[in-house]
Amino acid sequence: MYTLPTLPGDDVRQIMWRFAERFELQMVVQSARAVARGTVAKLVAEGVRNSHEWNDKKASLLTAFDHSGLSALFMDPAQGGFIEGPKNLALALVAFELAWVDGGSATCSLAGNLALAPIHEKGTPEQRDHYMSRCVPPQPGEDREMLRGAFALTEPLPYVGVDTGVLAGKVRVAEWTPGQEPLLKVEKRGRFITNMDFCNFATVAVDTADERIKTSCMVIVEQGDPGVFDRGAPTLKMVHQLSSTRDPVFNLTVPAGRIIGGYTVQDGVIVPNYSHAEIIGAVFHRTRIPVGLMTTAKLLSAVEPIIRYHRNRFRGGDAAQPGSPRFEQGLQQKEDALHRLLDLWAMGEAGASLGFTAARLADEFDPLEREKDRIFEERGVSGPRRQMAALAEVRDKVLEYARLMSCSEAGRDRARLAELESDPLVRYAHLDAVLNVLIPACKLWNTGAGATMMREAVSLVGGYGITEDCPGFFMHKWTDAQLEATYEGPEAVQRMHLSVTMTSEIFLEQFRLWAEGLEALAGSGFQGGALVLARAMRLWGLTMDHLQRAKDAEGKKLYHRKRQGVTFAMADAVCWLVSARLLIMDVLELAAKGPANPVVADSLEGILGFYTDLCQVQAARAAGEAGRICAELVYGYGDGTGLEEFAGLRARLDAALAGSRLAKDRAGQALAGVMIPEALDYPL
Amino acid sequence: MSAGFHIVVCGSLVPDPLQTLEPIRGPQGPGLKNEMMLPAILDPWAGHALFEAANLAASGGKVWLLSMGPKAKLQQVMMSVAQKAPFELVVLDGPAGGFTDAHFTARALAEAIEGIAGLDRSRLLLFGGWQSASRGAGSTLQMVGERLGVLDQFQGVDEIRVQDDGAFVVKERVEGGGYLVSRCAGPPAVLGWATGNLPEPPNNPQLGMANMRLIMPALQRAEPVPAEPGGLSFASVELPKARRETRLVKDLPPAEVAADILAWIKS
Repeated sequence: MYTLPTLPGDDVRQIMWRFAERFELQMVVQSARAVARGTVAKLVAEGVRNSHEWNDKKASLLTAFDHSGLSALFMDPAQGGFIEGPKNLALALVAFELAWVDGGSATCSLAGNLALAPIHEKGTPEQRDHYMSRCVPPQPGEDREMLRGAFALTEPLPYVGVDTGVLAGKVRVAEWTPGQEPLLKVEKRGRFITNMDFCNFATVAVDTADERIKTSCMVIVEQGDPGVFDRGAPTLKMVHQLSSTRDPVFNLTVPAGRIIGGYTVQDGVIVPNYSHAEIIGAVFHRTRIPVGLMTTAKLLSAVEPIIRYHRNRFRGGDAAQPGSPRFEQGLQQKEDALHRLLDLWAMGEAGASLGFTAARLADEFDPLEREKDRIFEERGVSGPRRQMAALAEVRDKVLEYARLMSCSEAGRDRARLAELESDPLVRYAHLDAVLNVLIPACKLWNTGAGATMMREAVSLVGGYGITEDCPGFFMHKWTDAQLEATYEGPEAVQRMHLSVTMTSEIFLEQFRLWAEGLEALAGSGFQGGALVLARAMRLWGLTMDHLQRAKDAEGKKLYHRKRQGVTFAMADAVCWLVSARLLIMDVLELAAKGPANPVVADSLEGILGFYTDLCQVQAARAAGEAGRICAELVYGYGDGTGLEEFAGLRARLDAALAGSRLAKDRAGQALAGVMIPEALDYPL
Repeated sequence: MSAGFHIVVCGSLVPDPLQTLEPIRGPQGPGLKNEMMLPAILDPWAGHALFEAANLAASGGKVWLLSMGPKAKLQQVMMSVAQKAPFELVVLDGPAGGFTDAHFTARALAEAIEGIAGLDRSRLLLFGGWQSASRGAGSTLQMVGERLGVLDQFQGVDEIRVQDDGAFVVKERVEGGGYLVSRCAGPPAVLGWATGNLPEPPNNPQLGMANMRLIMPALQRAEPVPAEPGGLSFASVELPKARRETRLVKDLPPAEVAADILAWIKS
């Protein structure tokens, strides 16, 4: 039996989340942590969340972000930032650290980046240089006002959401003198717009209301533009109170050069280079990852306070004397307390593995996407349809690439793999298929299932959990998680997205290869639930195949976008499976790299023992959820006949649960002995 | 005149004070339970010295941070410390616990200082903590100074003011809450810092990135400090008589905190 010495520290996390070699990210983590457990925690402890209005105390967050470098994190060094290259993982780590204490502060930090994201992704070089460099805090000797932005997409009912292509906000030509740049009239009412109390520019999504403007677009409006820049009333949200949220009204005249990404004039019509939908697609593809991780941070942050509460539960009264089990172990004498905390911890770990993997892959994806754009531009392939057709031509290569990647080192054709790897379109298409599942899965599962599990955290500390002085701010975190499930596309949007992307041929093949890899891992003696997870993934694949072919009694297709009882349930199931698998991958990384780390090496046996059991706990849970969903769909829409293959696989899945509860017992025993700090490192 | 100072700050890591610190006896002698796994910080006393050094060198001069400790742990600590002040790191890969021999440590530090390229000993200010958060022998810095032949030594320093003529005035803590104010003609000198007057600077990742360009190579080339044969050994180590009891109390007025402490002392 192993011993878990301490809660996992930075050394363990850096290996698992693959930034042990990136000291710039390690510094960003320290920076964000100091703000979170200092400024942010004090504000929450002082009750600053208890108002809708932005105030001076809340504004101290901005100063803290500026001083600690977080405001400049999104920028490239040439623009005043300090990290070269893609920053998805950096932003994910910062969101995680801030949300460890308070989700609203993370939103406040991320919202400025979100405002810049349309400019960063699709803006003209001039727009990028101007806005991104001016959103960096002034350096010593510089005398300028710092820009802070807001991202204005959502609108009051009935428009509201990000999924609709319909916008109430409009753009018209206000004035167009021949030979001069047109002036545009931008009218937009926003709803739930973050950063509105202090922003001095906003990136606004508007539809065309003028035949002289061809499509919708996004436009940059500034505080000093002629017209109305009304910050509006505060949104009466009851969560994320450390972020500024208002419902603004814009009615401004701006030069057409503020159209994000620029425009051309064709036959007397302004043609924006990018519609609002194209820009939003590019932006949200990445920014949803940190939001998912915000809820995950809450779960993992709850572990230490819960252990402390359980251990101290009976101290101080007559009922337990020092030295007695009741005094020393408190509620940790009870199996239920240990098991429920393990469920929470395992889900937190799996969410982190999913989120940080997605962020890491997004960093790999960014340059590939730019290279793909360059290649297509060179070849004259423009527009989404033509690009999709061009990518379809490399599909076979992508499938071959995925298969070669999953082969063992010894068994793969290295020359062929290198050849495929050197084709950016192959790598782009492969990663695109994978990320198009991992990112919405992270947003959907980490927040949705995470919010439910956060309720469990509140419950695990009894009545204390719903009080303001509960260490770890559990009540705030539970309710904040509900908003995180909604931000940047609510759960239904993510499920809809997944219901399309998870049926791509490339993803399905990759998913099958992942299951195959887990089977091989189980065969090698790994005890972390690889077999049960592999069988659950096989079952999901079999179910997907069945659903795509089968029809109901009325002859209607089962897998259809309007049949959300099928598609959305399958989306939920795939999230459980990919997150549990990625936790296993992270633990394998720890096993591989841990021995070379002198800090981790001494205690590695115990840490790995615990994490392997945690993997098994999560794999069993994920397999259980996926198996239930698949069975409901397969049996629920049919007459129960001709399903022998499904029934057999389901039975083998159940059998592969062997030992998973024993793993939970072992992990529980380790949990009862783990050494924790004497006090939480942020205030009550 | 501060433009000319070459300031070497001696300081290493200690376990994060919020952690559970449980003494145990291991194969190498006394130590703390799970010591390698415990998060570490820069010794707060050395931290004050570093911030004062950086402040003093802001208008010129140079700061080195000389640390002896397990280099993997030092690397983690540097991810935060490197963001707070500009300095060059000199690393000795050796023990940093509360049970190291002050003589052994002082000799290793002195030899390392002698080997620092570009260090002008005539302009040397040797900074460090007056005490340590791990085990306050209070003697290491003095011995380093003695070995380097630096005889002007000040302990419990809270302030240094540099004069136009290159001399400096130092305020040292003395009994009864008073200060001993001395005037020193100039470097070299040893200053063991108390808390100083400066707050901990906020993290600045840009500064950290600049520092890390030198810190990472310094960590990579750090050689293990050979153990001293026949060095210090501990015949016995006892657990503290008074068990630490951490209480978390919210919004307590200072007067009540003082009364509470007084009652505890009397008990």
